[in-house]
Amino acid sequence: MTDVLVKPTPQEPAAGPATSVAAVEGRTPLQLAWRRIRRDKVALACLIVLVLLTIMAVFAPQIVKLFDQTPTAQDRGPEGLSLDGIPIGPSGVHLLGTDELGRDVLARIIYGARISLLVGVVATGLSVLIGLLIGLLAGYYGGKVDTLLSRTMDVVLSFPFILSALSIVAIYGPSLYVSIFIIAFFGWSNIGRIVRGQVLSLREREFVEAARSLGASDARIMRVDILPNLVGPLIVYSTLLIPANIVAEATLSFLGLGVTPPTATWGGMLAEASTRYTVAWWYLTFPAIALLITTLAFNLLGDSLRDALDPRADRVLAAK
Amino acid sequence: MPRFLIRRVSFGALVMLIVSLVVFILFFVANKDVAASFCGKTCTPAREAVVERRLGLDRSYLAQYLSFLWDVVRLNFGQSFIDQREVTDKLKEGLPATASLAGGAAVLWLLMGIPIGITAATKPRSIRDRLSTIFALTGLSLPSFVVGLVLLNLLYFQLTTRGYPWFPPSGYIPLTEDPFEWARHLVLPWFTLAFITAASYARLTRGSMLEVLGEDYIRTARAKGLSERKVVYKHGLRSALTPIVTLLGIDVGVLLGGTVVTEKLFGLQGIGQRALSAVLTSDLPVVLGTVLVAAFFIVIANIVVDIAYALLDSRVRLS
Repeated sequence: MTDVLVKPTPQEPAAGPATSVAAVEGRTPLQLAWRRIRRDKVALACLIVLVLLTIMAVFAPQIVKLFDQTPTAQDRGPEGLSLDGIPIGPSGVHLLGTDELGRDVLARIIYGARISLLVGVVATGLSVLIGLLIGLLAGYYGGKVDTLLSRTMDVVLSFPFILSALSIVAIYGPSLYVSIFIIAFFGWSNIGRIVRGQVLSLREREFVEAARSLGASDARIMRVDILPNLVGPLIVYSTLLIPANIVAEATLSFLGLGVTPPTATWGGMLAEASTRYTVAWWYLTFPAIALLITTLAFNLLGDSLRDALDPRADRVLAAK
Repeated sequence: MPRFLIRRVSFGALVMLIVSLVVFILFFVANKDVAASFCGKTCTPAREAVVERRLGLDRSYLAQYLSFLWDVVRLNFGQSFIDQREVTDKLKEGLPATASLAGGAAVLWLLMGIPIGITAATKPRSIRDRLSTIFALTGLSLPSFVVGLVLLNLLYFQLTTRGYPWFPPSGYIPLTEDPFEWARHLVLPWFTLAFITAASYARLTRGSMLEVLGEDYIRTARAKGLSERKVVYKHGLRSALTPIVTLLGIDVGVLLGGTVVTEKLFGLQGIGQRALSAVLTSDLPVVLGTVLVAAFFIVIANIVVDIAYALLDSRVRLS
């Protein structure tokens, strides 16, 4: 409980020429948040899981080589497929069994993490960029600009995701880029709404008034005075948007509208498993567990981050 | 009330107009080779010429859009390029299965989500609240088809191999033919479609209910000696429900999208399954018709939800 009274402790690095006064009061909200996160065991566990998953995804080729497998090689031998062409369960050769083409399930899960994380993170990044820009402009300028941009966000929100994905894929065909584009396009409007709401109240604050009276341009006020105050909510909502986007990618792949085979994706593996679950439980169970661990870790981390960074945030929007 | 209705319906018509314009741009303007993509996967130059003539692609975009709009108003989406049947007929055939699936799932998710949210909110930090949080987080973290696969494995496969064939894995029996078999065939699809959304409704109900129960008028209701049940269900629930009704309007689109996944998983020949196979065979008229009809249903559902919202929340004035 010593943290309640914030005292300068020997562990705290003295911030250059600033005296101990700065050490008492100079913690940024992010530093405070990091202190809260460090004490939150669930959040730390999620962070570790996510770091491990990222390492697994980045070094997928090297890891898979360690136990002498590839994600696409079809093992027609006795360890890969039975004589009637039925996949073989977990064994010494294929640790998590094989799929209907005799491919190693573990290797495919490890490679599948690449697509899930790539689409989840890149689509979220694009959504955040667009949402930040639109929300910033709408909230800062208000008036007609706000009306136009807010109505646009409403229209985008009312487009049904899967049905729109159906029509876009019908014309352009399924691919990684189309998946990222569709998912990013459906994610930005929520971020935009949150940013707009924050900026609406921030622009009335005294420090913005002060910057304006000193002659700062609109662009400078947005960049220097408002943007740093948006970092907290943006981190929280990005963390919560990533698992939603991973689920969206898996759904597209499941429907055959996402990344095309033979590239390994968790959604695609589950689609193939959906016709084989009666004979090959491992083929359904392990990709599902991989997906659940990943999305659950992001969601739990996002929840903790929200408590740490953004205690008064609107939980209603986050539920969607 | 009539003025509110007129305003709401004309806004709905405007949204439909925007949707038709977006769809037109997507299919006819942004699309580089319209005739080839409407002709399907097995296309010959002769067939492509026929398609081009039938769609009138040599006209200006404005003329094309106006005739497209006229077709949409008359619900005339042309013929499937795969089996030469009217798109409208194919949609009509799929409607009963999709409507049964979507309607039942919506009822089920409200019946699951709202009570779970209320129990969690009335006893915050209790075991029930923790359980509902776990339910909500799992729902947010899982795609609906994984829930469906788990249900299929446990309730169809495991039970059936142990001699209890209660839940069939696929098929649709019309309600008019045999109501019991209709429901029995739809139980697993309903739960598959409802589970995920029920989780987010439980979370939303909990948050909204907690907020309402902290209001002054709830304290007043308690102070004048009303029973806790009356305070929660009569005074609290009414205002706690308003954000849920709003969300329900948005989720009609989620519901129709979810039917695509569920119909594929359970082999139900509804509209979603037809649209999905149309995408995979590049049968664009069917995709186009499905998307426009779905958008129409979403607009209608939003009008209904807005009216319900106005009736529920006395602060919204109907005039």
